[in-house]
Amino acid sequence: MADNNSGFMSNPLVKWIEYRLPVFSTLDHMVGSQYPTPKNLNYWWNFGSLAGLCLVIQILTGIVLVMHYTPHTSMAFDAVEHIMRDVNYGWLLRYMHANGASMFFIVVYIHIFRGLYFGSYKAPREILWFLGLIIFLLMMATAFMGYVLPWGQMSFWGATVITNLFSAIPVVGEPIVTWLWGGFAVDNPTLNRFFSLHYLLPFVIVGIVILHILALHQHGSNNPLGIDTKGPQDRIPFHPYYTIKDAVGVGAFLIFFCFFLFYAPNFLGHPDNYIPANPLVTPAHIVPEWYFLPFYAILRSVPDKLGGVLLMFGAILILFLLPWLDTSKVRSAKFRPIYKQLFWVFLIACIGLTYAGGLPPEGLALVIGRVCTVYYFAHFLILMPLVGWFEKPLKLPASISEAVLKTEPGAAGSKA
Amino acid sequence: MKVTMMRTILAAVVIGFAAPALAAGDSVAPPAQKWSFTGAFGTYDRAELQRGYQVYKEVCAACHAMKYVAFRNLADPGGPGFTAAEVKALAATFEVTDGPNDAGDMFKRAALPSDKFPSPFPNEKAARASNGGAYPLDLSLIAKARDHGRREGAGADYIKALLTGYKDAPAGFALGEGLNYNEYFAGHQIAMPQPLNADQVTYADGTKATVDQMAHDVSAFLMWAAEPKLEERKRMGFKVMIFLVVLTGLFFAAKKRIWAKLH
Repeated sequence: MADNNSGFMSNPLVKWIEYRLPVFSTLDHMVGSQYPTPKNLNYWWNFGSLAGLCLVIQILTGIVLVMHYTPHTSMAFDAVEHIMRDVNYGWLLRYMHANGASMFFIVVYIHIFRGLYFGSYKAPREILWFLGLIIFLLMMATAFMGYVLPWGQMSFWGATVITNLFSAIPVVGEPIVTWLWGGFAVDNPTLNRFFSLHYLLPFVIVGIVILHILALHQHGSNNPLGIDTKGPQDRIPFHPYYTIKDAVGVGAFLIFFCFFLFYAPNFLGHPDNYIPANPLVTPAHIVPEWYFLPFYAILRSVPDKLGGVLLMFGAILILFLLPWLDTSKVRSAKFRPIYKQLFWVFLIACIGLTYAGGLPPEGLALVIGRVCTVYYFAHFLILMPLVGWFEKPLKLPASISEAVLKTEPGAAGSKA
Repeated sequence: MKVTMMRTILAAVVIGFAAPALAAGDSVAPPAQKWSFTGAFGTYDRAELQRGYQVYKEVCAACHAMKYVAFRNLADPGGPGFTAAEVKALAATFEVTDGPNDAGDMFKRAALPSDKFPSPFPNEKAARASNGGAYPLDLSLIAKARDHGRREGAGADYIKALLTGYKDAPAGFALGEGLNYNEYFAGHQIAMPQPLNADQVTYADGTKATVDQMAHDVSAFLMWAAEPKLEERKRMGFKVMIFLVVLTGLFFAAKKRIWAKLH
């Protein structure tokens, strides 16, 4: 394993630096030849590195956008148009940043669902899972505040609606909202603090990502079989096997990203955000960005304001309890015939929530939203504990290498 | 006031948007048009944009501003394709306020290519006062702000449909004072009277100025005004896509080779 880097490591300059600052060996232990990885990771394991790539894209494009943006209610919208029309490749930067946010959520949602399917949240990876959820929460806050910055109609009204949720808190709700706004309505102080926090939070995310990776390296990646690696025959070094596999994923992801970026850059946005914010005109239909729609649907499924808000936040917080709500000792859904079916039902419920969240809460959309909300919570609170107790899992393979050799003779990883 | 507003908003969120959603829902979907700028290799039709600019200048600009577009943009690559000299001469036919000068006074001067299109009214109040209380919107971004089909060209479809969608109100329709019936406008009651009538402009290139032709040209022009970098974007996209497909193919081949050593 180590001989992959022996040529590089024997370079005199590298040795000189390494002797004083062990940066090369540290990297090699983190994502190099000294990081042992299960040999059977499939392409669903690409989405962690892709999420990291998305974060880097957002930070880099964001830093340049800030050089041309002005966080003031009377200038923000004009500043964005200045970027789109007069800044060299400004349109490219802004479309990358706006679509990049959507891509980040697509990647992270797949990453989370992969964890749900293969039981990546189970012992000993609970803290790894928590850190991931904290990243997800920070991402939501960052994306929400970023969407406010162009100061279009959806920016303004989205901010008004979401900040108003806090007024549901008994007694202190309204003072909290005033405190969040920095005034008596969403206005310049709100825009300024959102801008400040939108710049800060991505770096907080970077910090949590480092902890996330640290926690990951403690016990290594979970794998599609969900069984622990038993020895060197089950493991391969991260580099070159998964660096090159991740590179394939990066290429495919960038093709997907660039399709939206170059051919449908406004598809994932809302047309009303090309109308400057106007506190006197409420849009006919206020919708958040698509990645918030499932939670928005849960919020609106409840005919009570406080109840809706609690359920919406509960939908995310419940994920923190997953390691205990899931009573099964078997990690991978591959060996859990009933849970496997329920996973797909749960996915359909989440898609149903997304659909319902984008429509006015009336008629069929409201029914779909309510049914899916009930299923969402029932899945975690009722089905998961019960299935874990009553389900009879299939027989687990003795080791990864045994399973790999049996199912994929001579072509490990190609099927993945 | 504050509490009332919060209540209203929350009522709208929690209970629903029944009334406005219905109002928006009863307008007719604009028919899809054929535009030169759609598709992976779409480009603007220069002659169409030049005619569209003429319609904007001679008809729309009487009431509608386009504050994000400058005269110089008319000569930008991927736009209407006026020459720099044409743009200079064109700009000079407009007068803009500049200043203050050394004496502290504002003064009028001929517009330069670097100036944005001058707005017909000094502010929203003045615009409303001259238009029976209605505010003629800035048109710089209207093609993207009305892109409700989430389909390329949907914004232009809507503009063309609106400009050609004036009709007599159906029997029994209670039309408000000073409003006009339009099939495609949400709620059907629009303050803007029918703006285009046959032969309203005399096209420099001899094209017959039917209402449909003028509506088509000005819709394409407004799409360009909203998305002036469309051609550059699509051209770059094609190159990037080819690069990425090759790169991903190479990564995949390398992955195959590296993993083949495992067994």
